[in-house]
Amino acid sequence: MSYPKQKFGVVVFPGSNCDHDAFYVLKNIFNQDTRFLWHKDASLEGVDVVILPGGFSYGDYLRCGAIARFSPIMKEVITFARDGGIVIGICNGFQILCESGLLPGALLRNEGLTFVCKDVNLRVDNSYTRFTAECSAGEVLRIPIAHGEGNYFADDKTINMLEHNGQILFRYCESDGSITPESNPNGSINNIAGIMNEYGNIMGLMPHPERAADPVLGRIDGKKIFSSVIKSLIENDNLKNINLVERS
Amino acid sequence: MNKQEPEVNIALAIKHGLNEEEYEKILKILNRIPTYTELGIYSVMWSEHCSYKNSIAEIKKLPRTGERLLVKAGEENAGLVDIGDGLAVAFKIESHNHPSAVEPYQGAATGVGGIMRDIFTMGARPIAALNSLRFGNPSHPRTKYLMKRIVQGIGDYGNSFGVPTVAGDVYFDDCYNENPLVNAMSVGIVKHSLIAKSAAKGVGNLVMIVGSSTGRDGIHGATFASEEISNESETKRPSVQVGDPFTEKLLLEATLEAIKAEIIVGIQDMGAAGITCSTSEMSARAETGMKINLDKVPMREKAMTGYEIMLSESQERMLMVVKPENETKVKTIFQKWDLQCETIGEVTEGGNVEIFYHGLKIADVSAYSLVLGGGAPVYMRESTKPKYIDENQKFDLSIIPEPSDYNEVLLKMLGSLNLCSRRWISSQYDTMVRTNTVSTIGDAAVIRIKGTPKALAMKTDCNPRYVYLNPYRGAEIAVAECARNLVCVGAKPLAITNCLNFGNPYKPEIYWQFKETIRGIADACKHFATPVTGGNVSFYNESPDGAIYPTPVIGMIGEINDYTKTISQAFKNPGDIIILLGENKSEVGGSEYINRCFGVVKGDIPALDLDLEKRLHDLILNLNENGFLNSAHDVSDGGLAVTICESIINGHGNTSVDLGAELMLDSVKRLDFYIFSESQSMVVVSCAPDKVKFIQEKAKMSSVAFSILGKVTHNKKIIINNKISIDVQTIINTYEERMEGLFNQ
Repeated sequence: MSYPKQKFGVVVFPGSNCDHDAFYVLKNIFNQDTRFLWHKDASLEGVDVVILPGGFSYGDYLRCGAIARFSPIMKEVITFARDGGIVIGICNGFQILCESGLLPGALLRNEGLTFVCKDVNLRVDNSYTRFTAECSAGEVLRIPIAHGEGNYFADDKTINMLEHNGQILFRYCESDGSITPESNPNGSINNIAGIMNEYGNIMGLMPHPERAADPVLGRIDGKKIFSSVIKSLIENDNLKNINLVERS
Repeated sequence: MNKQEPEVNIALAIKHGLNEEEYEKILKILNRIPTYTELGIYSVMWSEHCSYKNSIAEIKKLPRTGERLLVKAGEENAGLVDIGDGLAVAFKIESHNHPSAVEPYQGAATGVGGIMRDIFTMGARPIAALNSLRFGNPSHPRTKYLMKRIVQGIGDYGNSFGVPTVAGDVYFDDCYNENPLVNAMSVGIVKHSLIAKSAAKGVGNLVMIVGSSTGRDGIHGATFASEEISNESETKRPSVQVGDPFTEKLLLEATLEAIKAEIIVGIQDMGAAGITCSTSEMSARAETGMKINLDKVPMREKAMTGYEIMLSESQERMLMVVKPENETKVKTIFQKWDLQCETIGEVTEGGNVEIFYHGLKIADVSAYSLVLGGGAPVYMRESTKPKYIDENQKFDLSIIPEPSDYNEVLLKMLGSLNLCSRRWISSQYDTMVRTNTVSTIGDAAVIRIKGTPKALAMKTDCNPRYVYLNPYRGAEIAVAECARNLVCVGAKPLAITNCLNFGNPYKPEIYWQFKETIRGIADACKHFATPVTGGNVSFYNESPDGAIYPTPVIGMIGEINDYTKTISQAFKNPGDIIILLGENKSEVGGSEYINRCFGVVKGDIPALDLDLEKRLHDLILNLNENGFLNSAHDVSDGGLAVTICESIINGHGNTSVDLGAELMLDSVKRLDFYIFSESQSMVVVSCAPDKVKFIQEKAKMSSVAFSILGKVTHNKKIIINNKISIDVQTIINTYEERMEGLFNQ
């Protein structure tokens, strides 16, 4: 699979530890123009997509993601996102997105009170998004999780809004796609594993698609999420080109 | 000298854990009475933990050379083995038993932190962590608490630090009730050109301290680790250090960046005995000295004395030697990572470490006189064969009754804590971060090396019951089993590290166990050409109830030249033929079977023929190289029946196909002895039916016994003769839920 190159930036916070994993997948598996963005810098270097990677930014000592949101780069990320830029937060990145108010809700400690690392089944709830277009609705992806605080919580009003707007992208499920309490690894409300904002340009998810994108490691379902994003950018470019042609 | 300090005399020396003879030796070296700080320095450097004084003479008998070794054991912070492509693997295992017994969470966490620093101080990036744990009886009031907090401590540290924890081993026995074992291993990769040294070379070069600030935590940790655990140990809680994985992660990145910039002359992490150990060891290695000004050390507590600063074991610190012209460059890198970096002294001629504080010289001692291999004491202890050895070996196994209900017995075995799934533990560890984990479902973990077709396989092993019953052969078996595990994922064993956990070496019976164990490890390692690259000795693992079983944990590394050829223990296809390579001699002495079902730790342990074992390894590797094998799993604790169950269970989790197995074992006299036998040098493989002939031929050429046991089925049952027939789901439930069940009661 090869695509025209899009520009990805992977933010490196002190304590990020899945930064290299996201970088590797985008650069080596998808052959994209990928760079690291240092947390103390105030430039996004013109990237098309910002990835906030997994890890323990600033040690997650106060509350997951609570300190990272105040880093210099996050000012730029917030502006970029508010202007419609594409932002993906994985695991700790999802926590940072919630802390910075770019996504609603919060991620609490897992119900079982322990860190959990394992493969889970994820049902794609909405396939009409730039993050899931390569999946079919109801498709079950097998992708690992690795977190201690992934228990998604929001008030009823927010949950209703997310449900109503189709902002819930992934739910923990059984292998046949059914949503059960047993398939919920952390106690998230409505088995929520990943959501997007109402404009569809910001996604946060607890599972790690970058760990399921290299056949050598025995899992490839995460590739669909990255290829969805890349394709959506290419289609955007085509639209831009059409507009340009029309204008001239 | 400070007037507040206590007067130094023999009584104070004894309080510091030194004996009379050692105190006399210090007086002779210094030709005067030591200062209070100097007494502290000698007491930690000559503690068992730092000096290896009761073990080094024996350890030197281990094979420590090999053509792939890049440094000799003990020469640097960890062993280094060449793996081609200009790369080397650095790896080491270390104990953190005493701190974990008292404060399990921090004790275990800092065990992980300490071994990680040993690896990246050499310039290597850690790529995997392993741990070997021993717990007491689950019904003992502390066991569940210790398990929970130790596993959490290991997980929280490694997960945050961002290195996958991929393998290990766990045993439960009453002997660990008060004295759990926590042995942490780390594996890293380094380019040959970037291997960092730990000698303080170059008179006039600067000595810098980087990382965390220094506090009062961990003072006398090394001395504490050199005593038996007693009822007073709880009061030693302040001797346990506190870990900060976030700072360690920054320290890792900054250190590797500085090493890569080639601006570091020498570097050593600070673990046991903190500034004392790092300054004296780095000086002694280069035959230089150091002048250190403690006023420059960043401190997190007020009014610390020089004695306290020298003995602090605050974590996440490193000592570096840097040329004066590179001082600013080094500071820039550490500041980038928001870490403290201060110049605290310089390298001097003459070989003495001189310590200044508040304008006074508070210590002036010869570095050489302090260190292992230099002036530190070396003892040969008295050893006596314990009486229990012969008595236990005489145990008559024929009095073990044959079970009437084999189904019940097999389920009982699968529900043994020593055999059941370790998922409750492993799911609390991030096993995949850095996306190199090719497999964790084989007998060993397989980690690829990005940018090459290669992978490393790694595992820890030690059946402590075996070593207790027969220390020499038990130790040989620990090495053999570890190697067999690597071979069963398709890896060629390269080298080992070991962590020798024993009781009090001043007891002749304990010392005999120690000496016999060393002999066993040495013989096995010579046979497999897997030299010992380094490791750690932990004595005094005793509580008021007595000593632990001798537990020499072996950590082994192997290489796979093409990671697409990795195999696992999981059965793949219904219809595949199940073959036993090696001879089952129905040996149940010291087995989990008689332990679990009859509460007996007796009998002689299985025989081991090292030549045969080596032939078996070569055979398995050859068969896998030719693509003949669909799975391979070594037969160890629990014997053949448990081995088959594990291959089904892992196969079940790995494929959507329904799997089972049917075995026909003809002409077996005692079926229980046969299916639960732990005879050595046995591997169960599965293959497509058309490969059987080739495997049989190859086995014959290797003089390895070959027998067809049965086949992989799709009926979701395990069937053995007409004695066992159990649904796979029942097996899975028993196996998977046992350990988790402990915490849901």
